[in-house]
Amino acid sequence: MKLKNYEEIFFKGLMITSASIIIAVLLFILGTVIYKGFPSLTWDMVTKLPGGGFYLGKEGGVLNAIIGSVYIVAGSLVLSMFLSIPVVMFINFYLSKNSLFANITRFSFDILFGIPSIVYGAFGFALMVYMGIRASLLGGIITVAMLIMPIMMRSLDEVVRLLPRDLPDALLSLGATKFEMVKVIIRQILPGLITAILLAVGRGIGDAATVLFTAGYTDNIPVSLSQPAATLPLSIFFQLGSPVEEVQNRAYASAVILTVIILLLSFSARYFSSKYSKNKI
Amino acid sequence: MQYIRAIKDRSARHIMLGITVFGILFLLVIGISLFVKALPIIREKSIWILLTSGDWRPFKGEFGFLPFILSTVYVSLIAIAIAFPLSLMTSIYLNSYATVNVRKFFQPFVDVLSGIPSVVYGVWGTLTIVPLIANKIAPHFVEFSSGYTMLAGGIVLAVMILPLLISILLEVFQAIPKEMTDASLYLGATKWQTVKKVLLRKSFPGIFAAIVLSVSRAFGETIAVLMVCGNITQIPHSLFDACYPLPALIANNYGEMMSMPSYESALMLAAFLLFIIIVVFNAISRATLVQIEKRYHM
Repeated sequence: MKLKNYEEIFFKGLMITSASIIIAVLLFILGTVIYKGFPSLTWDMVTKLPGGGFYLGKEGGVLNAIIGSVYIVAGSLVLSMFLSIPVVMFINFYLSKNSLFANITRFSFDILFGIPSIVYGAFGFALMVYMGIRASLLGGIITVAMLIMPIMMRSLDEVVRLLPRDLPDALLSLGATKFEMVKVIIRQILPGLITAILLAVGRGIGDAATVLFTAGYTDNIPVSLSQPAATLPLSIFFQLGSPVEEVQNRAYASAVILTVIILLLSFSARYFSSKYSKNKI
Repeated sequence: MQYIRAIKDRSARHIMLGITVFGILFLLVIGISLFVKALPIIREKSIWILLTSGDWRPFKGEFGFLPFILSTVYVSLIAIAIAFPLSLMTSIYLNSYATVNVRKFFQPFVDVLSGIPSVVYGVWGTLTIVPLIANKIAPHFVEFSSGYTMLAGGIVLAVMILPLLISILLEVFQAIPKEMTDASLYLGATKWQTVKKVLLRKSFPGIFAAIVLSVSRAFGETIAVLMVCGNITQIPHSLFDACYPLPALIANNYGEMMSMPSYESALMLAAFLLFIIIVVFNAISRATLVQIEKRYHM
């Protein structure tokens, strides 16, 4: 056999090894978290607020963090949708195909996407100090919205760019105004919109650095925008910092809860995007 | 009726334009406000001293960022050194060797890896990597190590940037026209020869962009790194030293420093440094990727 064939076998083996290592690492991560967290995962964890002495290992759960995370992500989702959908529609349907302005917009959102959450957190905090808002649900919502807006914009843009150009043309030749056309198109890309939302929610719910200074932390469920809100990632982080073993175990259980939420989101995003590509016109 | 439709259309257009412009300006707004917040400390000390001094004593008014900058750079380099060969090999495999079914099977793993929150990576790191280093690896090299080390940070970060690297590398490889690799195969080259002589050579700028982009992702990663790096202010000299990257510095001290204006300003400078480096890195690599896309798909 020639040298080139040995080389072929060697590198093919190396590649398959690399791919297997990556799969193994993922399974190892999931396995570790579930193995450590599952024993402490009780029904109380997801249905109860932290009781007195929760951080010493007494009764209670992390319902405050689950609800807090849901509130923050829901709020920021609404905010970022109002900002990202118009941008996507504008650059795709109001500008010409190779417009410089559209490309500049895409470029800046790509860069915004790369900015780390800690920078958003610091900026969000500075903004809140400037506006006189304390660490609160509102602060968390605004900061997480900054984080997820570029994600929504980018994935929506991809969906819209795949739309056949005949659709807008058909609508316009029937006499619709551009705004009416946009409304029809939004309905048309609904599955893509859902995928974008799920991706954004996944990123927003798991991020700790943005809410670290902006949302605060509390043992209660916030009832107004100006109250602080607990979040799941921070609750894991704080519980893990405790010297009490039971509290640490609960941190692992909370990590299982968060991981399960993320897995569900990720798989449903995949389901919707595959459904979308099947029904493509 | 016609009139109302026209008004609606026109106002919608203006609102959309306004939001788009706001989105573009947002980047500038973040940069400028971080810079303004960092200005007091830059005025007080020269930027050169701030960046090159290793003395960090906030309560004596000494702010040397060198330990944090070096920690950030070292940890990210370790991460890319581990993650790059793995993801390069995997993406070549997925692009040139694997069948469609294998690719479909692999995709969810990449999706889930990129979806796992950094705090969960941190939990995994403290549970497995840290004890592994403290008990198994470090004793061969140094007398004592807590396990909360630069190496641990690098390994955890490496896993975190894997999905980004793989998806960008795959995109880059897919941009190379199939005719080029096919031509090489028809001439009798083996698959690996084709990969080596055609695919890798043609996609070199894209691979470079992928590396730069993942390094910048590693620079900004906070919570996971904070949980495994040890957070001791020192210039790390070996893989088994604790380190203290910039994002961890901000996360650990922000909020408590409101009473000390110069401290707050110093942390804002840290955020500004991160911001500017990451924006530059992102701009370079995104521009490269756009160029590649253009060259082959016009």
